[in-house]
Amino acid sequence: MALYPLMRTGSAIAAQQQSEFDREARYYEKLAHRKIKCVLCPRECVIDDQETGYCGVRENRGGTYYTLVYGRACSANVDPIEKKPLFHFLPGSGSFSIATAGCNVLCKFCQNWQISQARPEQIQNYRLFPNDVAEYAIKSNCRSIAYTYSEPVIFTEYMYDCAEAGRPKNIRSVMISNGYINPEPMRDLCGVLDAVKIDLKAFTEKFYREWVAGELQPVLNTLVLLKKLDMWTEIVYLIIPTLNDDPKEIKQMSQWIVAKLGPDVPIHFSRFHPVYRLKNLPPTPTKSLEIARNIALDAGIHYAYIGNVPGHEGENTFCHGCGKLIIRRLGYQIAENHLSPDGRCHFCQTKIPGIWK
Amino acid sequence: MSINRRKFVKKTIHAGGAFYFGMLPGCRGDDFQPTAIQANRSTVVEAVSPSIRDGNGKLIGDQVHRLLNNAMENLLQTTNAAHAWKKLFGKDDVVGIKINCLAGRGMSTHQELVEAIVEGLKSADLPERNIIIWDRSNRDLHKAGYQIKTGRNQLRCLGNDYSGYTREIYEFGAVGSSLSRILVDQCSAIINVPIVKDHGIVGITNALKNYFGAIHNPNKYHDNCGDPFIADVYMLPHIRKKNRLIISDLLTAQYEGGPPFMPQWSWDHNGILVGFDPVAMDTLAWTKIEQKRREHNLPTLKAAGREPTYIATAADEHHQLGTNNLKQIKLVKI
Repeated sequence: MALYPLMRTGSAIAAQQQSEFDREARYYEKLAHRKIKCVLCPRECVIDDQETGYCGVRENRGGTYYTLVYGRACSANVDPIEKKPLFHFLPGSGSFSIATAGCNVLCKFCQNWQISQARPEQIQNYRLFPNDVAEYAIKSNCRSIAYTYSEPVIFTEYMYDCAEAGRPKNIRSVMISNGYINPEPMRDLCGVLDAVKIDLKAFTEKFYREWVAGELQPVLNTLVLLKKLDMWTEIVYLIIPTLNDDPKEIKQMSQWIVAKLGPDVPIHFSRFHPVYRLKNLPPTPTKSLEIARNIALDAGIHYAYIGNVPGHEGENTFCHGCGKLIIRRLGYQIAENHLSPDGRCHFCQTKIPGIWK
Repeated sequence: MSINRRKFVKKTIHAGGAFYFGMLPGCRGDDFQPTAIQANRSTVVEAVSPSIRDGNGKLIGDQVHRLLNNAMENLLQTTNAAHAWKKLFGKDDVVGIKINCLAGRGMSTHQELVEAIVEGLKSADLPERNIIIWDRSNRDLHKAGYQIKTGRNQLRCLGNDYSGYTREIYEFGAVGSSLSRILVDQCSAIINVPIVKDHGIVGITNALKNYFGAIHNPNKYHDNCGDPFIADVYMLPHIRKKNRLIISDLLTAQYEGGPPFMPQWSWDHNGILVGFDPVAMDTLAWTKIEQKRREHNLPTLKAAGREPTYIATAADEHHQLGTNNLKQIKLVKI
């Protein structure tokens, strides 16, 4: 579907008209000598005057902290919800998907590094304020707004207001995130979001330290918080050959998910493609994905999927009650759907976890 | 020929018009290193003059110019300043003057010093159109009092946000960054002109860290007091090979509260450091900041939890950017 024409703000223009997109940030503390401490994410940057935090999109100006990306989207597309991927959330629906520049981690395998590792003035942007986003979602026949591509944690104010703008219009909101966020902002966001997908990048601190420049434990804390707040959550685990594909690690992670989150949280094992600063490794063999999926299923997870391998059986949903195929997918398309409108298996009436209407 | 502030400002008034970003004809290759640099690799000239300010504490442009010329003559071992500049720069060079304007007026590279550098380059027969004053952004330059000028046939003054960054990622060690197109596409040589100051995360900022203003993602590289990131950025070939001279602004410096300007912790040193070795320059700058901190009963940077360990990293066997051994630095005081 063609994107509606949006007003673009080139980098040079944006630099001059920056005030339009600058809003005082939430989640920070003022310190002495015009310093501030950002408490949005576990990094908790202490930022001097005129400097940005690690994310590059939140700036201290004279002791007041600003987000530089409010209404300043760098990407806006209509995507199938399956692309996020969210397989248990309004299947077959469109999701108006937006992002801004910036990210609070530095994955060396980032697929969207051109925007996630850039600052807003370095890339092309769209002028797209929350009410505009909700309107475009309606015009595009989308049932949700997805905050995705880069890292929505760093544009939390914008995300929150977009989600609020969509709610009266019956437009849902989904956050596609690394989960590297402090509990208070996550809790606040859960008041306006309908689903969250978390990229669990590995199950060791070592991997997070060396390949992500982040930490595992806060991400696990976020997952537990989402469970506690009854937020619909799915997990993606990108399997990178030799770095995070150890069956023992995947077994430990699967067991942790079942114990802490329950068996109904779907997990998607995705195929890695060499990109950005990790080009010396091959794409993930399909066999590795199948092994991971089987480990997860054996550990008791009800819904384990394979991603980025179009046509693979692991893309489909099988009822955890009777084992029959209930949703068949071809890439991002729904080829068969045997769910009742209230999310029950057509064959055995088992309630399938998810948001279906 | 001297240039005063009024002339300089007049010359840098925004003339409008399109800016061409292709390499200028006759631009020298980026791996040119004059023999004069090798011969004086770890020599650092410290030039100080108390008479550099008028009765109101304002810098006197002509005095700054004289101070710089003296320093250049000593560094290049000649009695003629123009000859010194000619030892480093040819008339076909396109020279970028990388300044530091983050802190705005008060703690940015002083315009009087930049004016003197421009005059020095012109004395080496460089046309003004082959000189580019640059930093991170037009906004930073403007805040520090510089006038943005992008016209092709004149002295230029502009930020990376105007010229953009390379699509290609350049990598060394822990860093991977797009680089300023001014650095990569425009300049054959760079004069690195940082201002010496305290830094709240990485300890100090001077020659090595000034190139954070040439990459697109410096926000990613302040962890662990900038170590090894600052040293790694300097290793990127376009930086390491094109950097031909370092002039550290010590006219006013700051020993606490940086990088923003904190007048209560700044002092007028009325001097400059001139040399080629960024590690030696940073080592000396660090020494001066520690000395000031001692005088004001402040803890050492190590005790404050922000020892600039990246300086030693820049000197290690993987980087070899210079020496941090004070005994190996030939410091010439004038």
